Amino acid sequence: MNKVARPYLFLLLGIIIAFGLSAWADGINPYDQRIVMSIGINMILAASLNLINGFTGQFSLGHAGFMSIGAYGAAIFTTMIAPGMLGEVAGTGMQDVALFMGLLFGGIISALIGVLVGIPSLRLKGDYLAIVTLGFGEIIRVIIQNIPSLGGSLGIANIPRYTTFFWVFFIVAIVVFFIQQLTKSTYGQGFLAVRDDEIAAEAMGVNTTRYKVEAFVIGAFFAGVAGGLYGHYNELIRPADFDFLKSVEIIVMVILGGMGSTYGVLFAAALLTYVPEFLRGFELFGVKFDSFRMSIYSLILIILMLTRPQGLFGGINFKKLMKVGRKSVVGNQ
Amino acid sequence: MEEFLQQVINGLSLGAIYALIALGYTMIYGVLRFINFAHGDVFMVGAYIGFFIYPLLSESLGTGYLTAFAVLLAAMLGCGLLGVTIEFLAYRPLRNRPKLTVLITAIGVSLFLEYTGQIDFVFGADYKTYPTLVERSAVFSGSGLSLGSDQVIVFVVAIVLMLLLRVLVMKTKIGIAMRALSMNLSAASLMGINTNRVISFTFFIGSALAGAGATLYAMSYPKINPLMGVLPGLKAFVAAVLGGIGNIPGAVFGSFFIGTAETMTAGYISPTFRDAIVFGILILILIFKPSGLLGKGGVEKV
Repeated sequence: MNKVARPYLFLLLGIIIAFGLSAWADGINPYDQRIVMSIGINMILAASLNLINGFTGQFSLGHAGFMSIGAYGAAIFTTMIAPGMLGEVAGTGMQDVALFMGLLFGGIISALIGVLVGIPSLRLKGDYLAIVTLGFGEIIRVIIQNIPSLGGSLGIANIPRYTTFFWVFFIVAIVVFFIQQLTKSTYGQGFLAVRDDEIAAEAMGVNTTRYKVEAFVIGAFFAGVAGGLYGHYNELIRPADFDFLKSVEIIVMVILGGMGSTYGVLFAAALLTYVPEFLRGFELFGVKFDSFRMSIYSLILIILMLTRPQGLFGGINFKKLMKVGRKSVVGNQ
Repeated sequence: MEEFLQQVINGLSLGAIYALIALGYTMIYGVLRFINFAHGDVFMVGAYIGFFIYPLLSESLGTGYLTAFAVLLAAMLGCGLLGVTIEFLAYRPLRNRPKLTVLITAIGVSLFLEYTGQIDFVFGADYKTYPTLVERSAVFSGSGLSLGSDQVIVFVVAIVLMLLLRVLVMKTKIGIAMRALSMNLSAASLMGINTNRVISFTFFIGSALAGAGATLYAMSYPKINPLMGVLPGLKAFVAAVLGGIGNIPGAVFGSFFIGTAETMTAGYISPTFRDAIVFGILILILIFKPSGLLGKGGVEKV
């Protein structure tokens, strides 16, 4: 297969899967539908955080903050701005246009805030940056809670349900394609250089400032889009939905998948969304698993860090593995 | 004016509690250079130790200051042991790994304590009412000012513990070892200091102070639940950063500052902004003077 064409082929495959899923959506019950939808949204969040944490090495604990900005932005657009611009859109083909513009609107606001958050990252690293991003996420939440026109802590209700399987998985495909193409490109190698050794990168003439802010802006944009999708599926958004625990949830997906491994992170997002739901109904010695499933979840995180800190798929080069396999076949002949 | 003074008193007594938590952060950062995210949850466990042990102690000791003191000691001892256990099981195996790995492990430990605490047969997710250790009375009141007995106790206990810590760190052999570790861990170990023992001891002391802070906090705010440690923990951390993390007087200064800023915001602007102001201070300090007000800046060497 042609090396240049391959990513485009994957993108096409992703879009076909998105179409396939949306055709299948009507046939399944709402509970399963919600799980699949959450998997898709979490994939977008995890893949976008992976650009910041995994590829650029900037530890961010405030991704849920970006998500909330996008969710509120998109909800404001479709409920307040769109009716004036496009008229009554619900149920018509125009609803997709409204959703698209809303997502874009939320994503752009989120990206602008991403610039603000990216700037402290120029001076801070490691755990300090983690705390600043955490603080930022909390500040966003408190500010939203105190704006009455955004519903305060009750949030915005009655958001039209425009999000479909197609939209979610179409955007997953776009995000994966974009991040893969970006990080594999000559320009994108700069992200990895910043992660691997910032001082050396700077000495080699890499503009580390620009790469770091860019990673935050792109990551924030896609997190905002994911927030918009979430709002237009859930029909209700509250500041409490986007707290510190949501940020940690996304971080865990990135770590489990292996920082810097896009496909690993996608798999981890699906796994970590599904497993807690699966454990819900489980029973062991008459004790409902539901009550201590989250304890086990955090215990697994600790054990994973002790035994395999690079994540389940981190550090594995699939191409190399395949090549080694081929060589051994040749060797046997 | 009276209202202002009242807010200062309230702020300082809140700050004294934060100081006890912040000292743990700053000491652990001093020796290991990492933020113990689980510290706030050790604090939470300290409150529950008091909650469960009070009925047992009050049976044999009756109610009064003796019992209150016993509860304080029990919470300190329990938290200290918990801190040492956490260090031994979760952080020690990661000693030479990248900082990020340790940080994530600390978040894992924090979540584990929070979620395990929420299980019904452990602590339960609902709010519990902390027993009244000492009957609250007004020590001083008049001309619009009031100073409660609980606030006096907070000040006395916090200041005594801080002075003891000062003596421990400056005068004793183990204190000198702790300071040596915070200057250079590998050089200290070459000088024959048993680093693992000193680190364990630091965790014990830091966590015990959090236990004392928890007892004082629960006396003033008697509603306790498994997530109660998150916000005080974060605020104490901000206080430690404000004063310059790794710096013991800095942590105390930062805590009084944060406590006062918080009550001032709640009193004069809006109670809903009291958490936001703390993080706002954090962001400002980290942008303009990341080494903290009393900390020394370091140059990164290649």
